Amino acid sequence: MSVDKATVARIAHLARIGVGEDELEPLASELSGILNWIEQLNEVDTDAVPPMASVHDEALRWRADVINDGGKQADVVANAPDGDQNNDGAFFTVPKVIE
Amino acid sequence: MSNLIEGATGQWEVVIGLEVHAQVTSQAKLFSGAATAFGAEANSQVSLVDAGMPGMLPVINEVAIEQAVRSGLGLNAKINTYSVFDRKNYFYADLPQGYQISQYLQPIVGEGVVTVNLEDGSSRDIGVERLHLEQDAGKSIHDRHPTKTYIDLNRSGVALMEIVSKPDMRSAEEAGAYVRKVRAILRYLGTCDGNMEEGSMRADVNVSVRHPGDDLGTRAEIKNVNSIRFMQQAIHYETTRQIDILEDGGTIAQETRLFDAQTGTTRPMRSKEEAHDYRYFPDPDLLPLEFSDEFVEAIRATLPELPDDKKQRYMADLGLSEHDAQVLLAERDIALFFEAVATGRDAKVAANWVQGDFFALLGRAELDVADSPISGDQLGGLIDLITDGTISGKIAKDVLEMMFESGQDAGVIVEEKGLKQVSDTGALEGEIDKVIAANGDKVAEFQGGKVKVLGWFVGQIMQATKGKANPQMVNQLVREKLKP
Amino acid sequence: MADLTEIGIAEARDLLAKGEISSVDLTAAHSAATAAAQPLNAMVTETPELAKEMAAASDARRSQADGGEVGALEGIPLAIKDLFCTNGILTTAGSHILDGFKPAYESTITDKLWNAGAVMLGKTNLDEFAMGSSNETSYHGPVNNPWRVKGDDRNLVPGGSSGGSAAAVAGRFAMGATATDTGGSIRQPAAFTGTVGCKPTYGRCSRWGVVAFASSLDQAGPITRSVRDNAIMLGAMAGYDPKDSTSSQHDVPDFEAALTGDVRGLKIGVPKEYVLDGMPGEIEALWQQGIGWLKDAGAEIVDISLPHTKYALPAYYIIAPAEASSNLARYDGVRFGLRVEGKDLTEMYENTRAAGFGAEVRRRVLIGTYVLSAGYYDAYYLKAQKVRRLITQDFRDAYETVDAILTPSAPSAAFAIGEKSDDPISMYLNDVFTVPANLAGHPGISVPAGLSKEGLPLGLQVLAPAFDEETMYRIAGVLEAAAGFTAEPEKWWRSGS
Repeated sequence: MSVDKATVARIAHLARIGVGEDELEPLASELSGILNWIEQLNEVDTDAVPPMASVHDEALRWRADVINDGGKQADVVANAPDGDQNNDGAFFTVPKVIE
Repeated sequence: MSNLIEGATGQWEVVIGLEVHAQVTSQAKLFSGAATAFGAEANSQVSLVDAGMPGMLPVINEVAIEQAVRSGLGLNAKINTYSVFDRKNYFYADLPQGYQISQYLQPIVGEGVVTVNLEDGSSRDIGVERLHLEQDAGKSIHDRHPTKTYIDLNRSGVALMEIVSKPDMRSAEEAGAYVRKVRAILRYLGTCDGNMEEGSMRADVNVSVRHPGDDLGTRAEIKNVNSIRFMQQAIHYETTRQIDILEDGGTIAQETRLFDAQTGTTRPMRSKEEAHDYRYFPDPDLLPLEFSDEFVEAIRATLPELPDDKKQRYMADLGLSEHDAQVLLAERDIALFFEAVATGRDAKVAANWVQGDFFALLGRAELDVADSPISGDQLGGLIDLITDGTISGKIAKDVLEMMFESGQDAGVIVEEKGLKQVSDTGALEGEIDKVIAANGDKVAEFQGGKVKVLGWFVGQIMQATKGKANPQMVNQLVREKLKP
Repeated sequence: MADLTEIGIAEARDLLAKGEISSVDLTAAHSAATAAAQPLNAMVTETPELAKEMAAASDARRSQADGGEVGALEGIPLAIKDLFCTNGILTTAGSHILDGFKPAYESTITDKLWNAGAVMLGKTNLDEFAMGSSNETSYHGPVNNPWRVKGDDRNLVPGGSSGGSAAAVAGRFAMGATATDTGGSIRQPAAFTGTVGCKPTYGRCSRWGVVAFASSLDQAGPITRSVRDNAIMLGAMAGYDPKDSTSSQHDVPDFEAALTGDVRGLKIGVPKEYVLDGMPGEIEALWQQGIGWLKDAGAEIVDISLPHTKYALPAYYIIAPAEASSNLARYDGVRFGLRVEGKDLTEMYENTRAAGFGAEVRRRVLIGTYVLSAGYYDAYYLKAQKVRRLITQDFRDAYETVDAILTPSAPSAAFAIGEKSDDPISMYLNDVFTVPANLAGHPGISVPAGLSKEGLPLGLQVLAPAFDEETMYRIAGVLEAAAGFTAEPEKWWRSGS
C-alpha cells in the first residue's frame, strides 16, 4: 500500500504532529517504502490463527479498593511547562478551549 | 399512546438511544489508588498514573469489576466472564494519557433489558446493548482565565460504567423513564449514587427522526447531558430541528452537539467537529479480564430486591395499588423508608402516611427522603399510637409536624404535650352533659329525627377537649345520652 | 591496587567484602572514567556527587553489617539508561520532548538496585524513546562506540537503543548498566561493544517507571562485562511488582548459581532460518565456532526450523509502532516537558510534538497511527498479532525438542555513524535475530564471542524458553569461557584523538 500526501497529512493530524507541506511528499514515499516492506506478511496464511495481544499467560491481578495514592498535588504539577503563572498553582493549563 | 409527530410531509417518529455514564461507587479509581470523592481541591486526588506520567501503569480495582457485574445482573444482562480493555486514542486537554482505557469489542456486560414505567401506567421494555468499564477524563475549566483553560485531573481515572441502550425509545418521556429506571436500579444495587448534579451520572443522547417504517435516520449525538429535564428538552429541540431540516429538503449531519441549558437548544460541538478515528486496540499494559461463573454467582446471591420484584410484592403481598407501589419504589430510599414504616403494620395505612403527610412535609422542607429528620420506624411509631387509640388521626398529623421539627419520637411528644386522647368515660360525660344542657334546641332537632345533628354534638365535644377526646367514644356516649 | 575500572562486578564484590577496596574508591574511579569519556557522548547526565554520597552510604552500611548480609550489589557503581525514571534527576528518554523533566518517582528497577546497595553514576544516552539500532536518533547526539577499526579513527555506532549503556560498560566507566530491549536494544549493542547483554523473559522485570516504547515488547535487562556479572545484576533487577499488571509472579531463582559450566546433555537448537542471504561470512563462521564450542562441552546440537522467522521484523514494525503511537500520546506539552505554544490547543499539540520528536520517532508514530486507523486495523495490526502467535508457536514447538537455541546476535559488526541512517529498512534489519524473542516474550542473551577481521567484537545469542534464564545463563557461561574474549577497546577517547 502506498500512501499519498493527503494520507500523510491526515495521519499526522491524527497523531497531532505538525508536518510542513514540503515534508509531506518525502514522508509519503518513506512511509510507503516501509508499508510495502511490511506487506510481505500477506504471504502468511493466518485465517485460522487467533491474534495474540500479549505473551503473558498469567491472570490479570486486581488491586483492592483502597485509597493509597493521590494527595500529591505538588508532585503532580511540578513539571508543568506552564506552571504557577496565574493559575493558582494547582492546575495545568492549555490555550483556551471552546467546546 | 402514539408518539408520532405530525409534520408537513406526514408523520414522523423520533428514535432515541442513550449512553448513560454512571460513576462506579468505589473508594479508589479504576486503575489507581487515588480517591474518587467529589469536590476536592484541584489535582489533589491524582496519582501519577492518573496524570499520565511517563512509565506509569494501570492496575485494576477489584471493586470496579464487582460493581460492573452487579450492575449487569441488575439490568438482566449477560455477564461476559472474558472481556478486554482497549485504548481509545484521541487528544484532549483533560485526557492526560492521550487515550482512554475503555472496552470496545469485548465488554464486561452484554445484552440486557430494562422495563420502564410510563405515566399512563403502561410499561415498555428497552433493550440494553452493553455495559462496559472505562476511565473518566479530567475536568476542563474555561472561566477562570481569559485566554487559558485550566485542567483539574481529580476525575481522571475514576471508574465509569457506560450503559448503552438500543435505539428503542420513541419519545422524550420514554427516555426520561429509562434514565430514571436505570438510576433507580443502580441505586438499589449500590453501584452508582446516580447524582446527576455532581456528574456521577450523565448521558449522551442519540436522536434521529424518520417516517414510521423507514430505516433509521442519521443521528445527532448530544453529549454530556446532566439532568433528565435537560435531556428531554434537548430531545424536543433536536426532534423539531431535524424534522424542519428534512422537510425543507435538507440532510442531517452526523455530528456531536452540546445542549445549552440557558436557551434550551443544541449546537454543534466545536472540539468534536472533525471525524473520529479512535484507533482502538487492546491495552498492552493490561491483560484480558477473566473471572469465573462462581464469582458472578456469588455477586448474584447478594443482590437486593430490585424495583420490578418489589412492585410485584407490594401489589400481591401488601395489597397496594399499582400507582402506590410505583411511587413508593421509584427510589430506593423511599422504598426502604416505606418498608420500615410498613413492617408489622397495615401496609395501606403506612403507604397513605408516607405518600400523604410525610411527602408533604419533605416537599415543604425541600428534603430528600435520605435527609428526613425522622426515620421510618419513627413514623411507624406514630401510626401505632393511632392504632391503639392513644391519639386520634387528626392529632397525629400535628404530632408528625412536631416530630419533623424536633426529630423526637411520637410517644415522647404525645406525652410531653399531653396529647393523649381522653377515653375516660366520666370526664367525657361531664363535657357532653354541659353541651347537651346548653343546646336544648339541637337536642330537640335530633330527637325529631334529624340524625345529622349528632355530628355537630361530636364536633362541639372535640372542640371543647381540644381534639383529645376519643371520637368513637364521644360518638357512642352522645348517641346514648340523646336517646329520648 | 590495579585500576579499579578494570575489575568486574563479581570481583569487586569479593574485594569489597574482604575490605580490600571501598565503594567510595571504586565509585570515584568510575566517576573519573565517566568524566574522561565525554567524547563518547555515552552519558546524558552524570551524577558524581550523588554517586559519592551513595558510595559513602554503602561503605557505612557495610561496616555496620560487620561481615553480615549486605545487598547483592552493595557498593557497585552502575549507569542507568535514561529511559528509567529517577526521582528528582533529569529523565529524557533521549528526546527533546522531555526537556527538563524531573520525575517525582523512582522506577521499580532502579529502586530495587539502590535497595541492593548499587551506586548511580548517571544516566546513559539512548536512541530517542529507545527507537533505533545505532543510537543515532538521540536528541543528545549519537553515542560513539568505544571500539574502532584498527588504524581507522572513524567513529562507529555502539548499536541501539541502549548504546550509551553498552558504551559505558565496554569503555570501562560503568561496572554494569541497565538497559531495555524492545526488539534487540540490549543484545545488539552488547554484540557491537563486546559486552554481555541479557533481555530476560517478558514480565521478569517491572516496567513501572520505565518510559514506555512498546508495552507488550519492552523488557529491561542488564549489560555487563561478564556473564556472571550479568546474572548477579539481573537477580537484583528481577521480581514481581504489583504496580505492573504484566509483571510475573514467577519466583526469581539464583541466576548466578546456574553458572555451573556444565552443558552436557543439553540440546541446543540451530535454526536454519537464521542463515541469511548476504550475511557476512565471519558471522556464519563465528556461529559455527559457537556450535563447535558447545559440542565440545558435551551439548547436543539439533537442527531446527522456526519457519516464520522472516516475518518477525515486519510484524514487529507494525506492533511496536502501533503501541508506541499510543504510548507517546501523553507527550503533549500539558503536564511536563517541552511545550511550544500555538494559537489554540490543536496547534499547541502539533507544534510541541513537531519540535519535540525526532525523525525516527515521528516516522514510527505515523506508521503506528496509520496501521491502527479505521480501515487498516485488520490488514495490518490484527494480521501482525496473528503472525506474532505463529512466531511464538514456532518457538514453543522448537522447545519441545531443544533446551535452548544458538544464533548470531546481529547480522554484522558495528558500522560507521551515518552509514545506515538514510535507509530505515536496512537499519531495521539489524534486529533480525533479536526481534523474534521479543515477539515471543522469551529470554535471550548476547555473549561476546570473537572479533571481526577488522578487529570489532561479534556476539552470539542464546535464546531459551520463557522463565528459563538459568539454562540461558549456563550456556552463555560456557560460550564465554570457550571464547575467552578478553579484547578491550583502546581508550582513544582519553587521548583526545
